[in-house]
Amino acid sequence: MNAAWPLWEVFVRARRGLSHTHVGSVHAADGETALQAARDLFTRRQEGVSLWVVPSADIVASDPSAEAELFEPAADKAYRFPTSYVLPADVDHM
Amino acid sequence: MSQAEFDALIDADERIEPDDWMPDDYRKTLVRQIAQHAHSEIIGMQPEGEWITRAPSLHRKAILTAKVQDEAGHGMYLYGAAESLGVDRAELLDRLHNKTQKYSSIFNYETPEWADVGAIGWLVDGAAIANQVPLCRCSYGPYGRAMVRICKEESFHQRQGFQIMLTLSEGTPEQKAMAQRALNRWWWPSIMMFGPPDTDSPNTTRSMAWGIKRYTNDELRQQFVDATVPQAELLGLAVPDPDLVWNEERGHYDFGEPDWDEFATMVKGEGEIPDLRISTRRNAHAEGEWVREAAVAYAEKQQQRERVA
Amino acid sequence: MPADLLTHVLRQADRTLVLSHRLAEWLTHAPELEEDMALANISLDLLGQARHLYTYAGKLAGHGHDEDHFAYERDATDFRNPLIVEQPNGDFAVTMARQVLHDHAAFLYWESMCSSTDETLAALAARAVNETRFHLRHSTGWMIRLGDGTDESHRRAQAGLDTMWPFAEELLGADDEDDLRTAGLIGPRFDGAWRAAVGATVAEATLTMPPEPPTRSGGLRGEHSEHLAPMLKVMQGLARAHPGATW
Repeated sequence: MNAAWPLWEVFVRARRGLSHTHVGSVHAADGETALQAARDLFTRRQEGVSLWVVPSADIVASDPSAEAELFEPAADKAYRFPTSYVLPADVDHM
Repeated sequence: MSQAEFDALIDADERIEPDDWMPDDYRKTLVRQIAQHAHSEIIGMQPEGEWITRAPSLHRKAILTAKVQDEAGHGMYLYGAAESLGVDRAELLDRLHNKTQKYSSIFNYETPEWADVGAIGWLVDGAAIANQVPLCRCSYGPYGRAMVRICKEESFHQRQGFQIMLTLSEGTPEQKAMAQRALNRWWWPSIMMFGPPDTDSPNTTRSMAWGIKRYTNDELRQQFVDATVPQAELLGLAVPDPDLVWNEERGHYDFGEPDWDEFATMVKGEGEIPDLRISTRRNAHAEGEWVREAAVAYAEKQQQRERVA
Repeated sequence: MPADLLTHVLRQADRTLVLSHRLAEWLTHAPELEEDMALANISLDLLGQARHLYTYAGKLAGHGHDEDHFAYERDATDFRNPLIVEQPNGDFAVTMARQVLHDHAAFLYWESMCSSTDETLAALAARAVNETRFHLRHSTGWMIRLGDGTDESHRRAQAGLDTMWPFAEELLGADDEDDLRTAGLIGPRFDGAWRAAVGATVAEATLTMPPEPPTRSGGLRGEHSEHLAPMLKVMQGLARAHPGATW
């Protein structure tokens, strides 16, 4: 029997109002023990108020070689940013 | 991604991430270095861990437990970084247990007295931090991120060690003598933690070109000596190096040559202490197997029960 | 003679210190790195509880002694911990069986102490009850996994329970503390709730409750098994070699 525990990715919410952020991984046989291990490893110094664990094998990632086709097309669409719009000096808050 | 794109990222001081294409040698160098680093953390739990049950006050007992626990945690952060390169932690632990991968030879020294716990924190962790801070900017993303976390946590390790040395130095004559003996034992091993001299370190150039390493061994060693000697003076303890002298012209301390033959012997990892370190790890792993199996078996049963339900 | 509050506080302080020490012995020997972390955390929580309790004991005793006096300068016969916490760790199943029996009792104890008329103890209980709830989650989780895991782990879990069960009774408190209960300084007994809680864990772990009632006691009166003195010798050796020194 293979006694090695599978890998889980750990996400911590540092405090209320913030998103969960990836912090690292733990090994555990199931979700409940993965949560306990994540608590012991990643929140010893009050780093969090909420945890997610996800089996690493279940993460679907974008292909780094497709970085150009996925992300570069967004580069020439400056009109999505408010800084592209020059306003008359009299308009203060917009 | 291609070699050219990889090179461009390195040249631009960008980070390489797990799924990126990377040269085989870059991957191999990283796996070896990160694994060795992780092994050092968990083997490093042993010499100090022996003092948890013997710590002379409850406050020190709590600090030391937290510190040794941190080392387990640092090992886990680092194994996690190595695993992002496509190796399993179980496989890396096997390589530690069968001695095909190494750990830092600093942990092949003994800790016969309580003051050794202080000296390890002050000197060994001090040297480790000097080595590790530049690694926070390592070109491999997961390694750099693990190091940021580790360096943040480790600064308390050095301080608690220095505080032990300070308390002993200001204590009874016996305590001060104990502190001096520990400094004598740990000074040269700490100096040697930065690795062989640059003239004798074949991998340094390549690791620096790849952004895995940021400073040479000798640069870091000098930085450590310059920082530590004034601290020893503050403790009123004597650094066991007759050649140690401030060089006004260089603006640095000159210091003696470590015993590199001893270093070579320690790196080989042969003898009673290295055997003890490895057999302790091996036994823990072997005796834990039925526990790990039980957890896996239970998880499988639970999954089956959920499918039926 | 009925026990006073100082004796009660020392019983709790010694219980938490000795168990903390036993759990710390696991460090570098745990079945997996994740478990080194977990056991160290629990050990540190218990050590924290012990330190608060000893500090309070020093106040109650009125002699101005600090936590280290109680931990380092008393002999085994002065210790008032239940026998179960000084027993050797054995394998992981023995340790987890001890934790399950202990943690259920500790949880019920601290819960009952939240409404103690003693403000110091009530405040300590409010924190300890959360710590203990997590310890309980850890130990019952393991007992269930070991009991309902493989044939080998089931056999070992049952053996662990059988090893620790004879010492369990003392976890429910001493029989000379009724005056403290009447005064509201400590909470009501929780024997029934403890039996039900342990029974539920044992059943979920597919294990069998040992048929005989627990037989071993004496720790709360200072009559210890052969295992406490050697443990204290290790713990106290350095401190005692340098009387009066600061560390």
